[in-house]
Amino acid sequence: MTGRPRNPWGRPRVLAAVTWLYVAWSLVPVAVAMLFSFNDGRSRSVWQGFSTRWWWGDPSLSLLHNADYTHALTHSLTLALLDMAIATPLGVALALGLARWRGRGSRAANLLMLFPLVTPELVMAVSLLLLFTQVAVVPFALVELGIGAQVIGQVTFSLPYVVVVVRGRLLSIGGEYEEAARDLGASPAQALRLALLPLLSPAVVASALLVFALSMDDFVVTQYMASDQSTTSIPMLLYGSARGSATPALNALASVMVVLTLASTGLAFTTYRLALRRMREPSQAALRELMAREA
Amino acid sequence: MDARWYWRALALPGLGWLCLFAVVPVYVLVAVAMGRIDELFQPVPAWLPGTWNAGFLNKALSGALPGGEYWSTVRNTLVYVAAALALCVAVGYPVAYYLARHVRRTKALLLVLLVLPFWVSYLMRMLAWVGLLSTDGYVNRLLQAVGVARPPDWLGGHPLSLIAALAYGYLPFFILPLYAGLDRIDRRVLDAARDLGASPRGAFLRVTLPLSAPALLGGGALVVLPMFGDFYTNDLISGSPRTTMLGNQVNLFILGGPQKNLGAALVIVMMVILLIGMAAYVYASTRQRGGPA
Repeated sequence: MTGRPRNPWGRPRVLAAVTWLYVAWSLVPVAVAMLFSFNDGRSRSVWQGFSTRWWWGDPSLSLLHNADYTHALTHSLTLALLDMAIATPLGVALALGLARWRGRGSRAANLLMLFPLVTPELVMAVSLLLLFTQVAVVPFALVELGIGAQVIGQVTFSLPYVVVVVRGRLLSIGGEYEEAARDLGASPAQALRLALLPLLSPAVVASALLVFALSMDDFVVTQYMASDQSTTSIPMLLYGSARGSATPALNALASVMVVLTLASTGLAFTTYRLALRRMREPSQAALRELMAREA
Repeated sequence: MDARWYWRALALPGLGWLCLFAVVPVYVLVAVAMGRIDELFQPVPAWLPGTWNAGFLNKALSGALPGGEYWSTVRNTLVYVAAALALCVAVGYPVAYYLARHVRRTKALLLVLLVLPFWVSYLMRMLAWVGLLSTDGYVNRLLQAVGVARPPDWLGGHPLSLIAALAYGYLPFFILPLYAGLDRIDRRVLDAARDLGASPRGAFLRVTLPLSAPALLGGGALVVLPMFGDFYTNDLISGSPRTTMLGNQVNLFILGGPQKNLGAALVIVMMVILLIGMAAYVYASTRQRGGPA
């Protein structure tokens, strides 16, 4: 390397300005909307002073006391936890299977895995709706619109994300640990449980948290799979009442959702990074020790 | 047990799930689009290709062509998506370029800030604009402050606010892959171009831009696909029948009334339009790889 390459464009003032303006454009409106949950007045567009009445103060209209809002929150959380509990193990197994699957059928299996990622969400939602309402054959006839269908739809679009995250980690682990375990007499199942899964655990945790966030934020599939008022999630409630005369309590509810998803993705990122660092350190220390002994 | 079969067995539940809930539903969609309706206007799917009835598909296809019943919807979709895509490129390219080429110390911070909107619910981001664009919102008060006497009603079917909202909604999906593509370009190629006498402009137009074309196309596909199926941005930001897009029409047929067959047929038309676009994308990117770098 001959040092930092010369920058032929001079100081990119215009580019910097565009970038920071874009960052402001993308984030300030959301921050403003969250701030309006603390508005003292009823308006969601005119600031009338600070209060917490829409969070818990108002005895009937605040987030804490509005049954529709608290129900949407618990329903969203329930969906997210169920999605997590099903999509994570299913996706981890699929990632393991696809990563080690050589030869016939592997191409088709990979394409199938990517299918939900390239299908527009509306196409997926319409197809699933017709599946559950038009097909009178088991297993589809057993599923009715409502929480069951919502979970099935969410798991379907979450699966590829789990596979992509876990497979990335699998590729960086490589095959050596598993081969070593097999050489030492472990069965494939034992090699998986004793050697591979502990190394994979950060990716498993991270993908589970991503699924949580995906589920909380999803609108189209959840909306199409819904049955009645009791299956309304937070994004559905926002869709239904954003243009109406809702109070700033709606902004409070949306803020809760934003904080929950950002916290879970932030947690996913940091646990993944920290766990990988902790795993790398002992092996590197061992390596240094070995090299010192050789010298 | 053979280790090979062990791995396949692990993949089976996931693959089975995807067959049942991702592939079979698409067949049901086709069967409904190719089906009939009974006396109660309920769809009767035609399960076997031999019994297919192309009536609804014909109606949807001819309706989607210029002069047809849904042509204004298709035209709106194409125009708004193209305009939103242009806005994505105009804003997203400089941002991705700046991040890949110039930022050093603040790179981690900027990346976090660019990823953040990705994880804020889309509906929340639209809710934010409903507040800002309402008649007494901050956008109009800003316009009044700079002397616009009667600012427009942004939420009453204004195409500009819809296009801006679409771009706002999908820009994060555009910037990140474009940044990854620009970041991969070898700086030495640019230095070589400069050493051989290219002006900064020439180096950009003849080296950076062609090398970033695959990422540009990929990011474009990532935002165009969901925009085609989007009905909620339109419902929240416009709500007027004047700005109806394909997604709204499908949503209306499927959830709104007894026209599920037609809705399913329209979804197939939408997929055909997208497939043509995807084929163009694949063609362009393979030509890109084969041509001079």
